[in-house]
Amino acid sequence: MFGDKVAVRNLSLTVRRGEIFGFLGPNGAGKSTSIKMLLGLVRPTSGKAFVLGAPPDDVAVRRKIGFLPEDFRFYEWLTATELLELHGRLSGVPTDKLRDRVPAMIDLVGLTPHRDKRLQDFSKGMLQRIGLAQALIHEPELIFLDEPTSGLDPLGRRMVRDIIRTQRDRGATVFLNSHLLSEIEITCDEVVFIREGEVVVGRDLRTIHEDEVSVLVRVHKLTQECVAGLARWATSTHLDTDQLTIAARSREHLPDILRHLVAAGADVYQFTPQRMSLEELFVTIMGEDRGL
Amino acid sequence: MGAWIMAGITFREAARKKILWTAFIAGLGFLLVFGVGLYFQVDDFRKSTVPPFLRYQVLDSMLMIGLYTVDLLAVVMTTLTSVDTISGEITSGTIHAIATKPMARWEILIGKWLGFVGMVAAYVAIMFGGTIAEGYWIGGVVAQHPLRGALLIFLECVLALTVTFMFGTWFSTLTNGVIVLGLLGFAFMGGWLEQLSGFTEGSRLVMVGIVSSLIMPSEAVWRRAAFEMESPIAGSLQFSPFADISVPSGAMIVYTSIYLLAALAIAIYHFHERDL
Repeated sequence: MFGDKVAVRNLSLTVRRGEIFGFLGPNGAGKSTSIKMLLGLVRPTSGKAFVLGAPPDDVAVRRKIGFLPEDFRFYEWLTATELLELHGRLSGVPTDKLRDRVPAMIDLVGLTPHRDKRLQDFSKGMLQRIGLAQALIHEPELIFLDEPTSGLDPLGRRMVRDIIRTQRDRGATVFLNSHLLSEIEITCDEVVFIREGEVVVGRDLRTIHEDEVSVLVRVHKLTQECVAGLARWATSTHLDTDQLTIAARSREHLPDILRHLVAAGADVYQFTPQRMSLEELFVTIMGEDRGL
Repeated sequence: MGAWIMAGITFREAARKKILWTAFIAGLGFLLVFGVGLYFQVDDFRKSTVPPFLRYQVLDSMLMIGLYTVDLLAVVMTTLTSVDTISGEITSGTIHAIATKPMARWEILIGKWLGFVGMVAAYVAIMFGGTIAEGYWIGGVVAQHPLRGALLIFLECVLALTVTFMFGTWFSTLTNGVIVLGLLGFAFMGGWLEQLSGFTEGSRLVMVGIVSSLIMPSEAVWRRAAFEMESPIAGSLQFSPFADISVPSGAMIVYTSIYLLAALAIAIYHFHERDL
């Protein structure tokens, strides 16, 4: 709790070893607070947090965890090499291993030409990259990444995606918090949506959910009453000139929706069912922006 | 292990702060002025008929003023360099990448504290040593117990450092700075009021000084240091502003040490309990 506001309540997450797990929710939903609790940075007002079977301030557990904070910052007078050496030592990596691992990690995040440059001369994207490297320097079992692609250009985002998948391939579990739903959609194996500190629903993105479908409709002569009438079969609708996007409750309702449009006098030129994107699913679950 | 790594990086971080180098430049400027002043005074004495006994007392008082300046510079520099080390890193989020590493929070705090203690020790050693050396080589005067004096000035700096750390676990950088400098100013005023009590018998100013020293014992430590270093004759004749009118006892130094350890324990406890 922060004052009177409940930031997180009854949060119970099951994250399978070796998967990339997405953590989604609107601003103020309690995502960052949840991550901070799982890392021992914030203490729950009541109850306890457990990660890898132990409290998060257990030093042995911490040795298995890597963390990239949102908007990574560190002493600006350190060079990229010095920063990784420091974080490697703090994470318990032996000095002889660091000799090989530090240049390898700098290479992994594409900063080899800048390895001796001070952080004060780094761009925001470069700071994110070196921040990612410090989170991985000790080859952790569980990696928390809070907005890892923040400040990165498209090439940088692709690089981060590749690194995340490489980490999964070596057996690590990645816990990803990002506002970029398209990034989450192509990177994660599983996601959960949280709202007001509680898990609303979880989704396995490796399987296709037949019951979640959106329909792209090109239509003329559409009235407001007709759109309002779609609420019987749709969780949300979005009209942009002659293009109507409908998030249907079920594939079974598609004939009813089409019949409703035609019966209301609309001229339908296109009616294309599509798999619902994560963004559409997010809007469906969370509702429209309520100014959070 | 984590504490020592943190101590090393904090020492390097502290050594890069502009305020430290500003204090060093101010200190070097002070040493230059002090040395020139001492030289002129010695030269003036050479041309005068002032008896050697009196010459020595004047030069000894000059040395004490020099050491007092070192004490003030060291305490202020300690406070200003360390004021944002906890609160600033919490605000900026720098602490997040550190506090999630496999070490206990007390190791982070103690490591940072040790780093600053090392930096303060180096500063006091250079400035105190420089002043003592100038006093000896130019003025021919020697402090009575320089090692005791240096250790007491160091204790005063570590006290200011620890109190700054303690409030830094609660308050923002600016609030912390105002609180600690306010406490140092409070102790300064209390100490000098107590010193002025010598002009009247049974003055209540002594009580003011004792109470202020119990609340913040920094000035009491300096007055004990001055007592240890000043020439006994100059002290007993009340020849200088640091004369032994009301000397803090050994118990006050013990109290200061306990106060310091308690402040450090509170800082560790609150840093452990607070959200980052």
